[in-house]
Amino acid sequence: MSVNPELVGRVFPPTPPYLVGREKVREFARAVFATDPQHTDPAAAQALGYADVVAPPTFAMVVQDLSLQQLLAEPDSGIALERTIHAEQRFRYSRPIVAGDEITATLTVTTVRPFGKGAMVTSEAEMTDAAGDHVVTAVSVLLVGGEDA
Amino acid sequence: MSELSVGDVVAQRTVHLTRESLVRYAGASGDFNPIHYRDDVAGRVGLPGVLAHGMLTMGLAVETIVPWLGDSGRILEYGVRFTRPVVVDAEAGADVEVVATVGALDEQTLRIDLTVSSAATTVLGKAQVRVRL
Repeated sequence: MSVNPELVGRVFPPTPPYLVGREKVREFARAVFATDPQHTDPAAAQALGYADVVAPPTFAMVVQDLSLQQLLAEPDSGIALERTIHAEQRFRYSRPIVAGDEITATLTVTTVRPFGKGAMVTSEAEMTDAAGDHVVTAVSVLLVGGEDA
Repeated sequence: MSELSVGDVVAQRTVHLTRESLVRYAGASGDFNPIHYRDDVAGRVGLPGVLAHGMLTMGLAVETIVPWLGDSGRILEYGVRFTRPVVVDAEAGADVEVVATVGALDEQTLRIDLTVSSAATTVLGKAQVRVRL
């Protein structure tokens, strides 16, 4: 099955709120070799005006991934994970994610473009906080290879 | 910040990745794709070896500039293309080199271009961070 072109415009239900924990932020910060104390020390984050430790910019992927799982689980998507390559990634921020946030992601498939035997699938996950305010939009381009003949 | 000009290097570092780094990132991010820790699976799908997660490379690249920025909340936009994989040898690991340069600037914003390479090959394309001045 090849990628279903009718995925374009499909909007998935908002993911359940993801509660950002302080230790999770510290764990992620260590994993991406973050050295700045705003990611690990609440006092350093508070000195910058944040309520708690600040998640590294790419932490948004953790929440975005919950929404991409919805797309991959779609029975008619035609997207086979083993033939999928992450080609591009982009984040547009209103503010950084901070420990204590409850983040919800709503995924929309924006384009499906033929590419060789496969397709390039672009999706946007809009992430909002508990108040419904925009935090970050994550755009992923997945390159889904064609099936071998 | 007011005295910056295009071409200035604002930050740089080299990060040494090992298989432990990949397992750590897998746990922290929730991305447990076995091509990032199992040689047999990487070989079976035709890869040159176990690869670093693209999102690990993207994540460590932008963190290079955060101490210089002071506040990561100044980052308005960050995008990359994953152009070449970072192969992480089980014994030797891999070095990822990041150089952050002023790419463009106007009254309100600054564009930082990240040159990210491993084994003398550029691994991220168009890695650009748009920052509030």
